[in-house]
Amino acid sequence: MHEGAPDPGLYDFSPYRDRKRIVWPGGKSCAVWVAPNLEYYEVDPPPHPKRKAWARPHPDVVGYSHRDHSNRVSHWRMADVMSKHGFPGSVSLSVALCQHHPEVVADAKVRGWEFFSHGIYNTRYTYDMSEEQERAIIEDSIATVREATGQTIRGWLAPALTHTAHTLDLIAEYGLEYTCDLYHDDQVQPVKTATGKLVSIPYSLEVNDHYGFFIYNMSPREYAETLVRQYERLADEGGTVMCIPLHAYLIGQPHRIGPFEEALRYIAADGRAWLTKAGDIVDAWNAQQ
Amino acid sequence: MERAAVTLDPTYLEYPKRRHGYDHDLYEWSAIHARKPVFWRNNKSVAVWVCVSLEWFPITPSDTPFRAPGHMQTAYPDYRHYTARDYGNRVGVYRLLNAFANAGVKASFATNSVIAERYPTLVADIVSAGHEIIAHSTDMNGTIATGLPVDAERALIAKSLDMLERATGTRPTGWLSIARSQSWVTPDLLKRAGVRYCCDWVNDELPYRFKNGLINLPLNHELSDRQIITVQQQSADSYAQQMRDAFDWLASEATGRILPLHVTPYIMALPYRIGALEDLLIELAARSQAWMATGGEIIDTWEAQQ
Repeated sequence: MHEGAPDPGLYDFSPYRDRKRIVWPGGKSCAVWVAPNLEYYEVDPPPHPKRKAWARPHPDVVGYSHRDHSNRVSHWRMADVMSKHGFPGSVSLSVALCQHHPEVVADAKVRGWEFFSHGIYNTRYTYDMSEEQERAIIEDSIATVREATGQTIRGWLAPALTHTAHTLDLIAEYGLEYTCDLYHDDQVQPVKTATGKLVSIPYSLEVNDHYGFFIYNMSPREYAETLVRQYERLADEGGTVMCIPLHAYLIGQPHRIGPFEEALRYIAADGRAWLTKAGDIVDAWNAQQ
Repeated sequence: MERAAVTLDPTYLEYPKRRHGYDHDLYEWSAIHARKPVFWRNNKSVAVWVCVSLEWFPITPSDTPFRAPGHMQTAYPDYRHYTARDYGNRVGVYRLLNAFANAGVKASFATNSVIAERYPTLVADIVSAGHEIIAHSTDMNGTIATGLPVDAERALIAKSLDMLERATGTRPTGWLSIARSQSWVTPDLLKRAGVRYCCDWVNDELPYRFKNGLINLPLNHELSDRQIITVQQQSADSYAQQMRDAFDWLASEATGRILPLHVTPYIMALPYRIGALEDLLIELAARSQAWMATGGEIIDTWEAQQ
């Protein structure tokens, strides 16, 4: 990117109208991918000059234990519902989860899910990192996921969505193919980098369960209806990508998982959805360029 | 391209607690589905635990160490919030007591100990109806967090338990911190004070034991009236619908689960909201899978199976 410039220079303008039509495998009109964030938040992380990890003095009991619910209870509840309706996961992984709770990572692997990096911990922020430091977390991510799962990560979602001006250049240099950090489009789009080839894949803030429940204050049933409406429109338009970004400690709560399952059941039964993983979407898009 | 000057300390990329299990030593990791199943009384699958927060807010907030949710908001004197909160102790709580009697529900009342001195009639009405008293600090200035001196925290816990014991004749065995906020030493202080279980950690849906022997009975804040109605601004009808959806899901998980209904008199017991809770309680109490239980009963049943 152009560091310090008003336009960061991430991509060229490309109007949605009159684009080359993208057709997904099997003639499907909307590629639907589910992105569970499998995370580890530290109870007592070191301070970062630009962002506080917790709202309260450590230990922030509710903040920490709410997120710990994922790794004790709700990961399996969420994952079972996804598997039941044929949705694989593309995991946004705090790679230190491979050390802390390898049982959770192993469960995702057995289900055939794809892993990409969401940093080391979701309580370590990238702002102000030197190039060497940022290289270290990328190399750590590649090595840790490879050792734990046998997979080579192909994508990146910055830890807690924290970046430097060089993050995208660096992940592309290391051979990563997609970023989930840019929200400018409903289709896969090329991203400008210094070296390497990088695309943006639509992740989503707007239908992210965190936004649904804590920014827009939706009830569980309202959130499920939101997913259905988002899907319906994107499937009508065609060549689109719909991501459902999740956190088990939110979507896997007992009052939310039932309505969420109904949304998955609806999307799976519609017939126009390609239920797939992030890397497969990038491959299918690349093949049509 | 030149990089900006490095300002991030090299130790920021060191991870001394990156290891199997947690980055703390308070409790062990385990996944709920891998544990020995729990069976509730009469083989019911869902223990429905009604827990009421009974709170008295001094009109003079002390902010030591922090201001409790629901506390005073305007410049002194904040009649608006002082009285709107105290409404719960005069009017709202009696609506709840009637609703519990009508549904045949025994609840846990997480009670500020000064309530027992200020409103002895109320506490006598709660105890005589067979409900459980859980210690809930002294009053809503009695918050706990790192930064509160350990001696002050120890004294706060002792004062709460002593006052409630004096008023009710029974020393509470359960503890709920204000805003579920603890310091690093709270679990040890509670254990040494003779507390059997706390309700502060929301990471599970069954009781579990801290390494020091204290039991945690999770009181899910996501399912509370404060979260759903006050924070997320949803209606009482939506709250009730969400509890029904939660119950149905938990009942489908076959082995013992807990549905905590955490309600606050000044929130849920307003005239236009209480009806939704009354209907919910009658409906849940009639479900064949439901065991309406207090926190203490759930702990007894769970512990006997460990």
